[in-house]
Amino acid sequence: MDIHEYQAKEILASYGVKIPESGLAYSPEQAVQRTHEIGGNVWAVKAQIHSGARGKAGGVKICKTHDEIEAAADTMLGHKLVTHQTGPAGKICGRLYIEAGTDIAKELYFCFLVDRVSERIVMVGSAQGGMEIEELAETNPKAITKIYIDPAVGLLDFQAREMAFVLGLEAFQISQAVKLIQGCYHAMRDLDANMLEINPLVVTGNGELVVLDAKMGFDDNALFRQQKIAELRDKTQEDSREMAASDRGLSYVGLDGDIGCMINGAGLAMATMDMIKLAGGEPANFLDVGGGASPERTEKAFRLVLADKNVKAMLVNIFAGINRCDWIAEGVVHAVKKIDMKIPLIVRLSGTNVEAGRKIIADSGLPILTAETLAEAAELAVNARNQQVAKEDTA
Amino acid sequence: MSIFINEKTRIVVQGFTGKIGTFHAQDMLNYGSKVVGGITPGKGGQTHLGLPVFNTVKESVEQEGAEASIIFVPPAYAADSIMEAAEAGIKYCVAITDGIPTQDMMKVKQYLRKFSPEERMVLTGPNCAGTISPGKSMLGIMPGHIYATGNVGVVGRSGTLGYEAADQMKRLGIGISTSVGIGGDPINGSSHRDIMAQFEEDDETKVVLMIGEIGGPQEVEAGLFAKEVMSKPVIAYIAGLTAPKGRRMGHAGAIISSSGESAAEKVEMLTELGVIIAPTPSAMGETVARVLENL
Repeated sequence: MDIHEYQAKEILASYGVKIPESGLAYSPEQAVQRTHEIGGNVWAVKAQIHSGARGKAGGVKICKTHDEIEAAADTMLGHKLVTHQTGPAGKICGRLYIEAGTDIAKELYFCFLVDRVSERIVMVGSAQGGMEIEELAETNPKAITKIYIDPAVGLLDFQAREMAFVLGLEAFQISQAVKLIQGCYHAMRDLDANMLEINPLVVTGNGELVVLDAKMGFDDNALFRQQKIAELRDKTQEDSREMAASDRGLSYVGLDGDIGCMINGAGLAMATMDMIKLAGGEPANFLDVGGGASPERTEKAFRLVLADKNVKAMLVNIFAGINRCDWIAEGVVHAVKKIDMKIPLIVRLSGTNVEAGRKIIADSGLPILTAETLAEAAELAVNARNQQVAKEDTA
Repeated sequence: MSIFINEKTRIVVQGFTGKIGTFHAQDMLNYGSKVVGGITPGKGGQTHLGLPVFNTVKESVEQEGAEASIIFVPPAYAADSIMEAAEAGIKYCVAITDGIPTQDMMKVKQYLRKFSPEERMVLTGPNCAGTISPGKSMLGIMPGHIYATGNVGVVGRSGTLGYEAADQMKRLGIGISTSVGIGGDPINGSSHRDIMAQFEEDDETKVVLMIGEIGGPQEVEAGLFAKEVMSKPVIAYIAGLTAPKGRRMGHAGAIISSSGESAAEKVEMLTELGVIIAPTPSAMGETVARVLENL
């Protein structure tokens, strides 16, 4: 789960990390009001969307007058921002973060990540902040240092010091830096974050360290014990269909194709999508219904897949282990009758109670195409999709 | 032989008396697995499914000679249960539980490292379907009847895709020595490579089928191992050739996992390492058949 910049910074501030004077605004008037509270004569207006690279997309404006603040707020609030991270769909900006201007002498980079190779949290830093780290990794990998953290003892002060030196800080800044780095690490560890990125960390004209931009992502598996973090979720920043799916306990990813899918298990779902593509079709979605799919759950999954109006045919592929094919078949028949499906449906059942499941489908009298193997199912789905498209074209 | 479990392996179920634990314990018993009891703290001394219930894993090791355990404990307590099993002297543990926090798994892995390699419990999972040595023992939640006995070692992340592979092979008259699910979580007990090392040592296993997917470094690591160490042929299918790139990956995440994360890249690297690729998920069975014929 991702959160906004302002939320990440508030969390870090509570861990003793220095952030600029700032405030949140939902309207241009509020934005101006915040500048009065913050004081000074230069402010940054920052669009709060779940994406980095906002500056290039016009999501960060430096303003010197109240008119400029209002104008900047107007162009951002309620508008879609498209960055290379959001994809072409972009994200709607509903909140602004107003921040006191910072006197920037130097920009540094550091982050914490979960590293799957070492199975530890790794701290990554570079004295070359501001730019995107992927870019730096390609052009100058030697400018990046990684320090691995032992989960038994956590981040040690000498490691934080090492990072401070990597960042090119001077002797008088080291204890300040260690405090800041430790603060970030503790936020990461205590709150079950899986990513915390500070880019840039700024050295000000008078040598102070300030976090200018912060991004945090959290482990979905740990949200049950991070109630306060779970409450930070901003549903406007997430794909509405994916959101609806996760609210129903289903795992869904919308794609650009037109063959809808309902499958149990992530691996089998990916494999089925591969087969559709190899048969000449394009999957409309990834959908893992998981184990123990009840008729209600199956109906919900059907509704979710069919809510995508591009879908021209639907493929159900279930290999029942914990699931039972007869339950799935009942669910499918129930869903088809209740939803009044207008497009072809292909069902492939395998595994536990497969004979009973196939009988339920056959006895239902519904126009459901059935397949025995994965390859057959994908071919049937692509053919049915092509026929459906031809039928709609002539209609 | 087979790896990890056989007809003699004495199994206990952690989270024994819960609904899910009960259901699968019964299923394993029906398959013929030697389940000797289970653990539910506070219910020690009771009898469940005709078997003794213990308060601690340690008691089950002392009193019933438990060697392997399977975990159905909810995510919040699962890491603790895994470490309890390791400390009690369980040799092999399968964690079925889905949804264990990543940082808990880091602690588990760190904890396991404190044991010497000879004393260290082998963990597979979490978030997996378990392990089966067909005809001998099932330590998992799979439909046992789809597995035929034979000489193919199978290792994979996904449960249902593993079923698909077993089903394809059975239709072609090919059986399995042991099938191991390593689970879909970013940090797991054993990697593809760890399981391949076991298969390399197993007399009964003639070839290995690895079922991988997008994300993480483990498939390529296993490919390197196959090239450098293994004498047995390795066949691989990588799911997700059509999956969109890194949708959920954080901005900074890409730096460490930048190369080799997509299925296409993994397939390319594995091919270079001499691993035989099953080009489609429906070709897993026939690819294995072809390799077996040429042995």
